[in-house]
Amino acid sequence: MKAGRLAVFLLATVWLLIVLAPIYYMVLASFRSQGSYLTAGPWLPTGGLTASEYGTVFAAGLGRYLLNSVIITAACILLTLAFSLGAAFRIVRKSSRGSGAAFRLLLIGLAIPIQAIIVPLYLLIDKLHLYDTLAALILAMSAAAVPVSVLIMVSFIRDIPRELIGAMLVDGGTEWTVFRRLIWPLARPVLATLSIYDGLNVWNNFILPLVLTQSSNVAVLPLGLTKFQGQYAIDVPAVMAAVLLSVLPLVALFVVMRKQVMRSLGAIVLR
Amino acid sequence: MRLADLIGLTPALTLFGLFILLPLLAAFVLSFFRWNGLGTPHWAGGANWVQFAHDPVAATSLVVTAKVVALSWAVQTPLSLALGLFTAGHQRYRAVYAAFYVLPLLLSTAGIALMWEALLDPNFGGLAGLSHSLNLGFLQQNWLGNANLALYVIVAVIAWQFIPFHTLLYQMGRRQIPGVLYEAATLDGASGWQLFWRVTLPQLRYTIATSSTLMVVGALTYFDIIYIMTDGGPGYTTRMLSLDMYQSAFQQDQFGYASVLAVVLGVLGVGIALLLIRFTGFASMESQQEGAA
Repeated sequence: MKAGRLAVFLLATVWLLIVLAPIYYMVLASFRSQGSYLTAGPWLPTGGLTASEYGTVFAAGLGRYLLNSVIITAACILLTLAFSLGAAFRIVRKSSRGSGAAFRLLLIGLAIPIQAIIVPLYLLIDKLHLYDTLAALILAMSAAAVPVSVLIMVSFIRDIPRELIGAMLVDGGTEWTVFRRLIWPLARPVLATLSIYDGLNVWNNFILPLVLTQSSNVAVLPLGLTKFQGQYAIDVPAVMAAVLLSVLPLVALFVVMRKQVMRSLGAIVLR
Repeated sequence: MRLADLIGLTPALTLFGLFILLPLLAAFVLSFFRWNGLGTPHWAGGANWVQFAHDPVAATSLVVTAKVVALSWAVQTPLSLALGLFTAGHQRYRAVYAAFYVLPLLLSTAGIALMWEALLDPNFGGLAGLSHSLNLGFLQQNWLGNANLALYVIVAVIAWQFIPFHTLLYQMGRRQIPGVLYEAATLDGASGWQLFWRVTLPQLRYTIATSSTLMVVGALTYFDIIYIMTDGGPGYTTRMLSLDMYQSAFQQDQFGYASVLAVVLGVLGVGIALLLIRFTGFASMESQQEGAA
């Protein structure tokens, strides 16, 4: 039994090292200068450390990428949640046949891989004169997030007793009253969960910015990182610093609200 | 009543219909046209589909896709299950480990790809450095440039990225198993291994189904890591279907042919998801939950 526990501890520690070693390597490399990265040993903090590459990446436009990412993430969260909440409310109310059909249609969307539609999506965005704009990213990413957001929301708010709604309507309440008094309070916790879940997906999405944008001034972080790599192929410390800066907001979020983030990550499966 | 439906449903459906459903249909239609993206599309009948059937690159990319999917599943499932059970335990250090285990989830795929690229660099990377200081020659490889290795390296990096998420799923699954089942089995004289085989594994069957579905469908469409790290190379050894499609469209300007690949990708994704759901009884789980709630 004791040997078993020791074995478990050792194996778990091996996995911990596998998880942490690359991250540690990246952090250390980001504090090198271009020269000391090539000469100093890559695993020990000896041979001179500097934060100068962090300045380099800001000078090269990381701030712009960061701002673009913040803009599209905030906009997508707002748009997705507002639209999904409205749809989920009607689906849960089951007041007409249309809502059931709408739900089934959205469920199909869950299984469509985004890669299967990027070619026509690019052509459509181009036709709408939205190519190379943040608006293109906001619209496409929000649309992609709608099905899963509606599904999760519906599963959270569907257990409202019909009698309660009936009583409210008899007392002279309107659909709007039902929404404000019943749906909204019930939905608030799931809105928090979903904003983290959808936000993470938008923040990290790579393929849509790759296909729908081109210029540096609308590049978001994941795409911007690869632009850095193109420009500074030999300046690995700068690329590592950029990657770390791009993840900093998420680490901060994680430290402040770890439980909530964990729950959001498993949101699809929770219900 | 109907007005409320209109107000509530229209925005979500419009967005979804315009930017997801319409392109999906358009991909199907476009697959019957020849088009370089600039002039007028020309009706091509089934020519693109015939081209697909005879295209050795597409055949290779299908094989590569199958390999990545199968290997990813085989690597990630046992590890995620083991780690999930470990993190579901109650010793204090396990919670600490679990908090570190989720870190890769915070990194973007692009960030992960760039990090591993630096780490695997055959001249200045971390593994090459380790090989010098520890005298382990095998660690100095051209990891991404060696046609015999690149695919496995990609699978490993994908595993590094996604095992944390599936660990989380298994951790939640294990925590939902009622303790009485273990108490009863222990009273009946079951050993640790028997508890695993007779209680834990059967109780986790829905978690296994969910995790496998997400894993297979996710790996099928995997794009970012390969695009950044190998761009399909060396040769065609890591060129998955999604990358084949991307390059056909945006580098070779064959939008019709790329649409064929997109349709194949979509059908494979949806088909495999449905198949897995049918085989594993995912649907019955949903109705069970509904009954319980």
